[in-house]
Amino acid sequence: MKRKSRSFAALDILYICMMILPIVAAIVLKVLTKPISEGISITGAQIYLTVPMPIQDLIITESQINSWLVMIAIFGLCLFLTHGLDSRKVSTRQHVAEWIVEKVDAMVLDSMGEYFRGFSSFIAAILALSGFSSLMSLFGLYPPTSDINIVAGWAILVFALITYYKFKCGPITYLKSFTEPVAFLTPLNVISEVATPLSMAFRHYGNVLSGTVISVLIATGLQGLSKLVLGWLPGFLGEFPLLQIGLPAVLSIYFDVFSGCLQAYIFAMLTMMYVSGGFPMEEYFAKKEKLKNKKMEAN
Amino acid sequence: MLELAIGIILGGCALGAGCAMIAGIGPGIGEGNAVAKACEAIGRQPESKGAVTSTMLMGCAIAETTGLYALVIAILLIFVAPNIFVKILLNAIG
Repeated sequence: MKRKSRSFAALDILYICMMILPIVAAIVLKVLTKPISEGISITGAQIYLTVPMPIQDLIITESQINSWLVMIAIFGLCLFLTHGLDSRKVSTRQHVAEWIVEKVDAMVLDSMGEYFRGFSSFIAAILALSGFSSLMSLFGLYPPTSDINIVAGWAILVFALITYYKFKCGPITYLKSFTEPVAFLTPLNVISEVATPLSMAFRHYGNVLSGTVISVLIATGLQGLSKLVLGWLPGFLGEFPLLQIGLPAVLSIYFDVFSGCLQAYIFAMLTMMYVSGGFPMEEYFAKKEKLKNKKMEAN
Repeated sequence: MLELAIGIILGGCALGAGCAMIAGIGPGIGEGNAVAKACEAIGRQPESKGAVTSTMLMGCAIAETTGLYALVIAILLIFVAPNIFVKILLNAIG
């Protein structure tokens, strides 16, 4: 077997560094800037920098920095997985990359249909960004998804996509879609249209944040309980955190790992359903056919 | 007097947050129903387990939304609202 060349290995190391260094940088930044506080408490994202702007000050918080670091890490992961693709000699990492692409393609094809096949890269990006952002809490970092500003940004992007696809048949069809099924339901339809991005943002952020809140409450409760059980012992033994060993980790498996991945899946699934559901497919193709026929007649 | 006023504000916020979370009953019942029906469906047709499970998770996530609205309001009442209300009170006093 031919040995891999030196430049190949060097690039590999570069990509692996690109995956790991952002996480390390985030941990270092957190350790350096974290204010010293007593005990366990619930805090929002930390503000690093405030840039004065004409209308409103631009605030750079922990969640923005963390989400950019996650993006860099995912970029490194993608470069690492797709490095050295070969159609004859398939390596393990190529298998992984192919598996991801095939799974997402099948998912998009299954729930959106043939016309939206090109959406699979966007959906994969949403899945990876949301999933890895929620998993940041495993490193003790602030997960960007528990800040509503980040998730609301994604939800507004999805809303723009939905509206774009609803506009495909022209503004008249778009406005008409609000009066269905009965004309007097129009206000309700407008409200539900506005509620779409709102509920998507609230759902994702609420789930991640509620996990954090419950974890903190239980950790505080366990602290009190272990003080109650061992508090009468003298010296070091009295402060030994007996009940805090291992028990919070069980919760962390549900709230950090399972819930984070589930929310990423649900956000991607809802994106697909809303985009493909809002697109008036039959009318669009009928219109296209009409235009084609007109052109033929004109010729 | 000022302490009493601020105490009433804080207590009102905490009570409001507690009342808001009563909304947790609805999604609980709804999701329980959804999971029960999904279990029935899997029992009837074990081969459709994958499709039923993913549809059920989707439905649960959507049913959860009302509960999460309540959660957001409760979090706002606990962490955000007291500061704003106390500021309004101090401004009104002058």
